[in-house]
Amino acid sequence: MPTITLAQGLNEALRYCMQRDDRVVVMGEDVGKAGGVFRITDKLQQEFGEQRVIDTPLAESGIVGTGIGLAIYGFKPVCEMQFDGFTYPAFEQITSHLAKYRSRTMGKLPLSVVVRIPYGGGIGAVEHHSESLEAYFTHTAGLKVVTPSTPSDAFALLVDVIEDPDPVIFLEPKRRYWIREDVELPVTNGDRRKARIVREGTDVTILTYGPSVRTVEDAAEEAAKDGVACEVIDLRWLNPLDLETIMTSVKKTGRAVVVTEAPITGSFSAELAARIAEDDFLSLHAPVIRVGGYDIPYPPAKVEDLYLPDLDRVLDAVDAVLNY
Amino acid sequence: MKGFVDPGSVSTESVQVLKPDGTLVPDHGYDIDLKEEDLREIYRVMILTRRIDQESTNLQRQGELGVYTPALGQEGAQVGAAYALEPQDWIFPSYRELGFAMLRGVQPSHILHLFRGTWHGGLFDYREYCIAPYAVPIATQTLHAVGFATGAKIDGTNTVAITCFGDGATSEGDFHEACNFAGVWKTPVVFFCQNNQYAISVPLAKQTAAPTIAVKALGYGFPGVRVDGNDVLASYVVTREAVRRARRGEGPTLIEAVTYRRGPHSTADDPSRYRTDEELNTWEALDPIARFEKYLETEGVLTAEFKEQCDAEGREAASKLRKEIVGAGPLDPNLLFEHVYAERTPNLEEQFAQFKRDQEGQ
Repeated sequence: MPTITLAQGLNEALRYCMQRDDRVVVMGEDVGKAGGVFRITDKLQQEFGEQRVIDTPLAESGIVGTGIGLAIYGFKPVCEMQFDGFTYPAFEQITSHLAKYRSRTMGKLPLSVVVRIPYGGGIGAVEHHSESLEAYFTHTAGLKVVTPSTPSDAFALLVDVIEDPDPVIFLEPKRRYWIREDVELPVTNGDRRKARIVREGTDVTILTYGPSVRTVEDAAEEAAKDGVACEVIDLRWLNPLDLETIMTSVKKTGRAVVVTEAPITGSFSAELAARIAEDDFLSLHAPVIRVGGYDIPYPPAKVEDLYLPDLDRVLDAVDAVLNY
Repeated sequence: MKGFVDPGSVSTESVQVLKPDGTLVPDHGYDIDLKEEDLREIYRVMILTRRIDQESTNLQRQGELGVYTPALGQEGAQVGAAYALEPQDWIFPSYRELGFAMLRGVQPSHILHLFRGTWHGGLFDYREYCIAPYAVPIATQTLHAVGFATGAKIDGTNTVAITCFGDGATSEGDFHEACNFAGVWKTPVVFFCQNNQYAISVPLAKQTAAPTIAVKALGYGFPGVRVDGNDVLASYVVTREAVRRARRGEGPTLIEAVTYRRGPHSTADDPSRYRTDEELNTWEALDPIARFEKYLETEGVLTAEFKEQCDAEGREAASKLRKEIVGAGPLDPNLLFEHVYAERTPNLEEQFAQFKRDQEGQ
């Protein structure tokens, strides 16, 4: 079985979709000859030509805005934002048009567009290259929000969202681009619309997604040494959310921790904590505790480790819910 | 200074075919390829547009529409440009493009339901008329037109897209990005700017220091043309040339139709706060319909009978519009949950059930 990285999983997913559907086009800055700054679109232009792998001018609103036009025409654009922090110029096109077009046209002009965004910190980058922006999009009706954490999921989820009839914000955990997994492509097994139970356990549920999944896996491994069985859930889809898997687990463990990189206040983890409390307050033996970024601008690279939730902070939270 | 390009050297003249008195400009330089029936059709749609526009303002004043954005004074620019398109060419409008929609035969109430608050995108069939829903966020639709036309180009069809926007829109980043993308990609798109002198209250001079809007095209590597927007024939011929260029694969054109918004920005606006009666009177004297009418009468194309026929059609359409709008109830509120996604998400399903319980409780 071949070993692939998460980045290769994405690249293969794009190739797979473009081979199967000639309406799929890839567009963004440097996606052509360069193959993208993270090489996610590597060699696609060679294979599919300049009309289907489009090097755009350097303008994010333009990328999403023209992607919308292409979708109205009948294409399925996969738009690349080069980095999370450069998505903001496209915010109006995403929230005012991409998210609303199906609804405002009563289903007559649906937009099947994927916006791929490398997100999160941990790569020692300069300012504006390490943002966790999922809450803006989970807060916007009409968008779906998806984030993989493994190479096989990277492939399968990206194929899934390209085939999805709705606009999808696809968040790629950039510091995990190089993690490896033995995978036979194409990946077709399993219901990837559901959350993934990464590790089963009975003492505490840890909800996480994207780049934090690895951290939480490591923490769960440590906790196990102390006899604490953590159930780790990788959400995959933030919207639609697989609440069923979450609540089944919480009912079992009675304790929940949410781990993300995003600043805590107004975060998607706040949504998860609220939903758990609303849906099954009586199952809880402790309040839901969130581990995340502080409410400060993402820090400079030399000190970003102090910001990103690490193994110790996750374990502290696990202790806190166990000893409440 | 050596090497400096001087904006003062740019011509600010507009293409004109008809003088304000309705006589032909002797050497206007364009081939007028319109037959008598074309001229009458253009006239008919201008009259219809004005009548429907007036009725819409009336309906708003009577509380039947939440707001309305009148096109009064801009009928020449709009209908002339629209007449230069083929039926399969797509129009990406802002929110003041009644003339385009009337030419395509859209049922006026289907647009007006947007302003009544019935449904955000109006109720017309976008694909049937090849018109995108009205875009309210300024200049955003220009990018959609570029993307659409890019699709047509990739597909090898000869469909063209036109996008309409105002002078204020040229200040927005999306306008710049749209022009730039279109220039680089040689997209078959026409940028149709109706420079109606004001963005709500802010006059053009506070919007741009450029000598004209048309000249901005040069910065993107394609031609721009300034045209008398109150001269329907001029608007037609320059748009026809822009559309031909696009169809021949020569890329985009920026048209600046110099006109005037004689009404308020929207019915919520009071233009007396920022412009003078003298200015309004000057532009009223340049009315696009009166000018065209004089020309047609001189040419013997417009009979009293046809004029009366157009007026009657306008009256009838206005009364039909009134009937369809006045007292029209809201849509089934359950539709609010119907098209957010292709299928309701579990979360929405839950909220929808709650919504229905909330409604029953009332």
